[in-house]
Amino acid sequence: MTGQPSLFLRIGLPLGFGIAVLVLWELFVVGFNIPRAILPAPSEIWAAIQRSTAILWVDWVQTVLKGALTGLLIGAVAGFVAALAIDRVDFLRRGLLPVANFVAALPIVGVAPIMVMWFGFDWQSKAAVVVVMVFFPILVNTLAGLAATDRMQRDLMRTYSASHAQTLTKLRLPAAMPFVFNGLKISATLALIGAIVAEYFGSPTKGMGFRISTEVGRLGIDMVWAEIAVSALTGTVLYGFVVLIERWVTFWHPSQRRGR
Amino acid sequence: MRRFGPVLVVVLTIFAIWYVGSFLMNRTWVMDQAARAGTEPGFTEVLRDTMNQDRAKLPAPHQVAAELYDGVVNKKVTSKRSLVYHGFITFQATMAGFALGIIAGVALAVAIVLSRFADLTLMPWAIISQTIPVVALAPMIVVLANAAGAGSLMVPKAIIAGYLGFFPILVSMVAGLRSPDGMQLDLLRTYGASPGQVFWKLRLPASLPYFFASLKIAVAASLVGAIVGELPTGAISGLGARMLIGSQFGNPMIMWSALFAAAILAALLIWIVSGIEKIAVRTMGGGQT
Repeated sequence: MTGQPSLFLRIGLPLGFGIAVLVLWELFVVGFNIPRAILPAPSEIWAAIQRSTAILWVDWVQTVLKGALTGLLIGAVAGFVAALAIDRVDFLRRGLLPVANFVAALPIVGVAPIMVMWFGFDWQSKAAVVVVMVFFPILVNTLAGLAATDRMQRDLMRTYSASHAQTLTKLRLPAAMPFVFNGLKISATLALIGAIVAEYFGSPTKGMGFRISTEVGRLGIDMVWAEIAVSALTGTVLYGFVVLIERWVTFWHPSQRRGR
Repeated sequence: MRRFGPVLVVVLTIFAIWYVGSFLMNRTWVMDQAARAGTEPGFTEVLRDTMNQDRAKLPAPHQVAAELYDGVVNKKVTSKRSLVYHGFITFQATMAGFALGIIAGVALAVAIVLSRFADLTLMPWAIISQTIPVVALAPMIVVLANAAGAGSLMVPKAIIAGYLGFFPILVSMVAGLRSPDGMQLDLLRTYGASPGQVFWKLRLPASLPYFFASLKIAVAASLVGAIVGELPTGAISGLGARMLIGSQFGNPMIMWSALFAAAILAALLIWIVSGIEKIAVRTMGGGQT
């Protein structure tokens, strides 16, 4: 492989691909006269976005700000703190890690109807679903990260006569950060899925999942695509935001170094 | 015992917390009923009543177990109330999506490793595709699949499952196909191997451990996709549809049994796939350490 590609290629090629897909989509819909109730053209979706910005904004606040982000914050902090607590007690680590690993692989989205039953239709139930979905990936990844230091490094800390807290804050937590951010990246996408899924089980008359399911029923397909566009943008920005923080926190990690 | 002891303790603790939780959460209803009837129930009566409600806020573990047993064993497999029936529908969609995910993931990975252009163009979009909440797309996939002439819900569900399943395979296969180091590539060059031979004789065999390692994650993701695909699509059969029905009729037992059936299905799938992985690794002469 020859050297690093220029920034122009790295951004230009994927962007060009995206634009090409949109243009083909537009031509396909116009050329074959696809009815709007099946697949609207990108221009029609854009028109729908401009037409109903107010509705999209209300839905976005309900689903993303109140549901997904609140849940993501609570779940991530809870998972992280739980991992720190479990890491202190060897017995818990040996007992909980297999269980947590197992639970992390299960289809946790299934708790959505139960949370809606417990916490009602409003955003609290959506946040609760997100908390449960996000908790285990963060827990498992943080625990794996805390175990990532090797014997030599821990021994070095011991020769410095570092306390448990010092070893934790100066060696093991920084070393765990790449793993934690891995968990956060998984969680960022899970959070949106959880918040939207929970709305299919009942919601007040706003929210992205609610809007999508009602507009499908009314054949307002361009509105559905508008919501999809907003959710796609939100998901990508949220993921990008996590990557940015990761770059800032784990600048020392080999995977973040560039320009050798 | 050293390995299983702690796990056992943790699992038992979870059950204990669950029982306490169902006592606390269901007590309000029992007290409410008692207050209406004008009686003053003792502790044992409250305890008994909290453990056996039909519409409990949090059904006790033995209730969920009984419902699961009832749905799996007592109902005929063809019955619409059998969990095996619904589980099988979801299983079919999961497998179809899993297969789709393997094909798409491997094909994309090969393209990305062989072509620099594809690497720069497609890889960012593969990552972006996973940040788009697939549940939002799901209803549209159903509409489009129907317009394209797919007769059943199976096709859109498989597409949604594949959409979630392909990504772990893609990432691992890219890493695996790139895993041969300079020394090995140089050796093949000294043999005068063509790019095709390098691919078939070095890169592909080297990627197999990565491939099998990613299958477990992919099958779990496919199952999530299949369940999620049943929610907004108006499906009436499948574990996801079962959850929706339980939610709409306000019947917690249906939701809980569907949730646990899904968990058991996930555990089975992961167990089978890791079994295949072990056999494959052993046949290839790995895993001797």
